[in-house]
This record gives sequence, C-alpha cells and structure tokens, in this order.
Amino acid sequence: MSGDMRKSLLLHGGVLVALFTLQFVLPAYHHGNLARIMVLASYAAGFNLLFGYTGLLSLGHALFFAAGLYGMGLAMSQFGAGTGLALGVGVFLGALIGGLVAVLALRTEEVAFMIVTLMFAQAGYLTILYFGAYTRGDEGFVIAQADRVFLGRDLSNPQSRYFFAFAIFCVSFVMCLSVVKSRFGKVLVAIRENEERARMLGYDVAKYKFAAIVLSATLSALSGAAYGLLFGYVGASFASVQYSIFPLLWVLLGGAGTVLGPLVGTAFMFYLIDLSSGVTTAYMLIAGVVLVVLTLFAPQGLLGEMRRRFWKWLP
Amino acid sequence: MTKFKTVPVTGAQPTRRDALKTLALGGGAAAALPLWARYAGAQTSEPIKVGFQVHRTGIGAAYGRWYDRTTSAAAALINEQGGINGRPLEIVSEDDGTDPKRGAEVVEKFATQHNCDIGFGTLFSHVVIGSAPRAGELKLPYFVVSEGHHVASGMLNRYTLQPGITDVKSQVQAMAPFVADNLGKKITMIFPDFAFGHDHRDYFTAAIEAQGGEVLEHIAIPPTETSFTKYFPKIPRDTEVIYHVMVGPAVLTFVKELGEFFGPQRPEMFGFIDSLEAVDLGSPGLEFLDGTYFWEGNPRYAQDNQSEYDAFFRERVGVDANGASVSDPKDASTYAHMFGCWETLHVVKAGMESAGYQGPKDRAALIEAVEAMTDMPHSNAHPQGAKIFNGKTHQVFGHQYVTKVVDGKLLLVHTTSIEDTYYPDEVDYTTQAL
Repeated sequence: MSGDMRKSLLLHGGVLVALFTLQFVLPAYHHGNLARIMVLASYAAGFNLLFGYTGLLSLGHALFFAAGLYGMGLAMSQFGAGTGLALGVGVFLGALIGGLVAVLALRTEEVAFMIVTLMFAQAGYLTILYFGAYTRGDEGFVIAQADRVFLGRDLSNPQSRYFFAFAIFCVSFVMCLSVVKSRFGKVLVAIRENEERARMLGYDVAKYKFAAIVLSATLSALSGAAYGLLFGYVGASFASVQYSIFPLLWVLLGGAGTVLGPLVGTAFMFYLIDLSSGVTTAYMLIAGVVLVVLTLFAPQGLLGEMRRRFWKWLP
Repeated sequence: MTKFKTVPVTGAQPTRRDALKTLALGGGAAAALPLWARYAGAQTSEPIKVGFQVHRTGIGAAYGRWYDRTTSAAAALINEQGGINGRPLEIVSEDDGTDPKRGAEVVEKFATQHNCDIGFGTLFSHVVIGSAPRAGELKLPYFVVSEGHHVASGMLNRYTLQPGITDVKSQVQAMAPFVADNLGKKITMIFPDFAFGHDHRDYFTAAIEAQGGEVLEHIAIPPTETSFTKYFPKIPRDTEVIYHVMVGPAVLTFVKELGEFFGPQRPEMFGFIDSLEAVDLGSPGLEFLDGTYFWEGNPRYAQDNQSEYDAFFRERVGVDANGASVSDPKDASTYAHMFGCWETLHVVKAGMESAGYQGPKDRAALIEAVEAMTDMPHSNAHPQGAKIFNGKTHQVFGHQYVTKVVDGKLLLVHTTSIEDTYYPDEVDYTTQAL
C-alpha cells in the first residue's frame, strides 16, 4: 500500500470512526443536527459524483432527492409498503428517473445541460403539485411514527435515527471513495478534465456520463428516502429549485471533487445558518458575506484548498 | 377564566387606613423592584420559555412580521398581569424561513437547546406539517396558529394543538349559507392549484351543494402563473357568484385583470381575505373590489359595533381603526389571522395555570389541561369572539365574519354562529399516549 493510500485510508476511516463516536458524546441538539447533516451530506455526495468528478453541472438534483422521498412516502401511504420495501421503491424510482433524465439531458451540453436539468426538476415539482390528491401538494404529508420502524428499530428514536443516518452516510461515503479510486472513477475525471481527449482515447463518453448520472441520482434518492423516514415528513418544498441549489453550495463550500468535501460543506453551511440566526435576524446577510469571502479566498472549497496547500494526496 | 383564592382571616382586623397604607407601600415597592423580583412569589423565578417559530423570511414574511408584533404585545400584557403561575413569560424567537425543513430544525432547537417549555406560533401549513412530527417525538407541546385543517384531520399528533384560530374547513363551510342566501347559487371557483386552494375547492363545493347551490366551474390557477386573463373565458356566462381565493403577490394583477375582463357588468364576488392580508385596500387596481364580499377571520376595519375587547387588542398591538400600523398607515396588518397568536398565548397561560405547570415534566399535564377546555368567552383574552374548543380534535371553533367593500373599507355585513362552523370529529387525539 502506498503512503498516499495509507494517509487517505487513515483520514477517511478516522472521519467515520469520529462520526460513529460522536453520537455518544454530543448533546441532544447537536446529536440530531449531525444525523440530519449526514443524510444531507449523502445527497451532496451524490451531486459531487456528477459535478465534482464528471464535470456535469446539474441544476435539477432536487428531482432525484424528491423521487426518493416521494417514492418511499407514497409506497407507504398509498400502497401500505413496509419500511424496507418503501426505501427500496424510493431508491429505484430515483435511479429510474435518473436514467430517463440522462437519456434526454445528455443530448445537450454545458449551459444547455444545466437548463434542461433545471426544467426537468421544475416539471417534477409541478407534477407533485398536480397530483395533490395523492401527494397533498405543497403541504406534503406525515409518515406516521408507527410506520418508521426498520429492522425492528424505531427510527424516530434519536439513537436509531443517528445510527441509520450514519449507515446511509457510510454507504454513500464508501461508494464515492471506491468509485473515485476505481478505473471507472478515473475515466470520469478524465472526462471532466478533457472530454475530447477521453473520447479520442477510446472511452464511450456518453456511456460513462449516463452511468454517472444514474449513480448520482441513486445516491440522491437514497438520501431523500432516508430523510423522509428519519424526520417523518414528505413535502414538495424538497423538490423546489432551492433544494437543487443547496447541494451545489455544499459541494462548492466543502470542495468539489473531494470525497470529504460534501460532508464538510453541508456541516459548515448548516452551522453557519444556525449560529448566525442566533446573533441577528439578518443572518442570511452574514451567510452571504461568509460565502463570498470563502469563494474569493478558497475558490476550490475548504477541502480543495487543503488539497492545494497541504494534502496533495486527498481524493 | 380567573379564579380567586379565599384566605381565612385570623387575628385583629386591619383598619381601612392600615390597608391603604399597606397597599400604597406595596405598590411603590413593587414598582421600584426589578422585574425578576416581582415574580419572587413563584416556586422559581425562571421564565417560562415559549419557542416562537416565526416566518421572518420566505413567503410568510408579511404574516410573520405581524405575528411577531402580536405575540410580543400578548407576552407584554401577560407579564404585566404577573406572568404565568407567578413566572415571567419569555418569547424565544427563531426564523424558520417559512420552510418545513428549517421548521423541524427550529422545533428541535427549542426543545433541546433553548429548553423551551412549548413551541408556538407557526402559520404556514407545510411548515406545521413538517415540524409537528418532531414536536411529537420530542414531546414538546406545539401550539400552531395556522388555520390549516391538518390538526383536526388527525394527520398530526397529540402534542400539536390549534386552540387560537379556526381551521379552513370550518371557515369555508360556514360561508356557504351566506353565499347561497344573499349572492347566488351558481358559483365559479377560482383558486390556486395547491393544497390551500384544493381545501377551498373540496370543502366549499360540498357545503354549497348542501345549500342547494352548485359549482359550475372549478378554475385552478397554477402557482407559477403571473397573468390570469386567459383563464377568465372559462367562467360560465350564467355564473352568479365568483368565489376567489388567490393568495400571493399576483393578487393585484388578478384583481386588475378580472376588473378589465368584466368591466361594470360583473357577477357577485366573494373572496377570502387571505389574498389581501398585509395589502392596503387603497392599492391601485383594487378599486374593482368595491361592492364585493370577503370572509375575514377578524374584521380589519374597526366597525361601528366594535367590542371593547377589539379596541383593547388594537391598542395593545398598535393597530389603527383601518387595520394598519399606528406608526405607518400604509403598513396593513394581517388582522384576519394574527389575533390567533394573542388568543393562543392566553390559552397557554390558562392551561399552564390550570395544570399547575412548573416545568417540562408537566408538559403532558398541560396538554391534558388544554384538552379539558371548552368555552372561551369573548374577552380581552379572546378579542376576536367567543370560542368553543374541541379537546378531542385539538381544534377551536368560533364566529366567522363576512364584510363588504364599501368606499375602500370593509364593512361587516354578517357574523356566523359558532355552530355554523361545526363538522363531525375526524380524530380523537386523547386516545393517543402522551
């Protein structure tokens, strides 16, 4: 094992051990926050696979998050599915919609790709409102506590919730790490760096991009389904444009193209809003100023900056 | 209702002079004491913390501003009167951005970081529905001021209550008799194509049919729409009444375009004031509304028969006779809804006093005490009107008001009975464990 590989394993393994251990020492408020952050970081990790490693900027990822959320929620509310099956339905729906979007959106490039993904997400949002008889439109609906039991554990219980969130995060984290280290991941990076060159080297770029979108959508849907299960609510606001912008912000802050970046960016943004809202009612102004400063002085994000300055080996 | 303890008199009877002297001394001393010392008679002088989930930003900001002012005024009054169980009331405000995700986080913050005794004050339905599961799990009594039917529908949990404002189902169905008897029986409904609009569509259609009327056409407007002219040709020619409930910033365009479409020959119009909350009726383009009718939760303009309680409420919150801020006549209030914050805080006070509330361990007792409430008489604590609370459904029922726009002001033309607003119970929360 090379030195860089050892360092990488130590760092990423250490983060997982720290996240596991924190549940025993954190006060109740931060315990709950971290569970939420881990689930949302999984969403950001899915986004990062597409944006950070493949170089495709989607402005419609809320569609995939909402597909997981509603796939899970509607499977329960409309068909009485159990928790495990509903979770599976959510993830499958996200992957399916990811595939459909990929087939159509990959006919475009760059700005057009951004606009097409944005439009698909908006269509998804309006579809949720249109079928209000089932989705309860913008109000959304509650997943009853009795239905939120997985493998015999009540997911509304703080310990179970944290552990489930940790498990979801582990899945996305390990998957991203292995993709990045794999031959497949290296081709994605090659596409990001120079798509023409990758094509000239004989790679089927369209196939790789398709796979990247489906994988990214699947992770986002897993996060959405888990979010609904853990916090008991399914609502259309999670399909709105705002929730397509959030993962972009989190990834940019944490460091696009770094495996740890989504976690760092999500946690940073969460606490930036949370702490500044305790200081002033103009907390969005504080958040905005901090974001501008970070963009100016750490344009590659927090982890990206660490990689540029100190940790060249950071995946 | 206030209860007075009778104290047995022992020893020598004091003279009137002694009594006056003692009162004067006591009054002077109390005024000179710092605030905390005035509550020293309670077992603890720690404040009772009310976590106020306020829509400071996002789509609910205009409502949030007035909910904030009303809540501050109610808390100040309660504290002037000695607080709750001898303890001062402290409002801990957190902006939820009118977003259900942030709303749930704010509820968690109230329960586990601020150590609030209750959560309170949420208006927008999606924020309530997103937050309520967490309130139930954290066993934090959650007093919403939303007018949504979500509480009484049974969707939420035993820790969520709505004792200070009526719900949309009761409001809508109570309007049907007035509309059928006074305006017409052939209705066209224009509503936004999301849950709030669908509630109106479903409840009013059923209610008007029960009155022998019919809805000729349902016109649902997509929420992203900015121009409405293309929808108006769908209005059937034999429409007698247009029922409209367009919420959001596009309402001014909606009214203007409707006015241009009909000209002077328009059918009767009945709307929900939700569209025009925080909007000055003198705004350009709203002239077309003259002679039309509105539901109001509480009449914005002080009426000729204004109650002393409404006058007191206006004065304490800082609202003039036109329903605007006393410091800025253009700053129209959300008068049809914001009384709910005032009344809910008074219900909390009554509930805590009835339960002998001392701290979070008594939260279940507080829920039971509120569930046991029924009559809420018209008073300074309930300035909108008398109410009946249903402990099983956690929903309050009360009078509704119909006003007519006359010379740019809303004049009261009809007040429903409380019974007009009843519907069969859809849930019994008291069967759920605390």
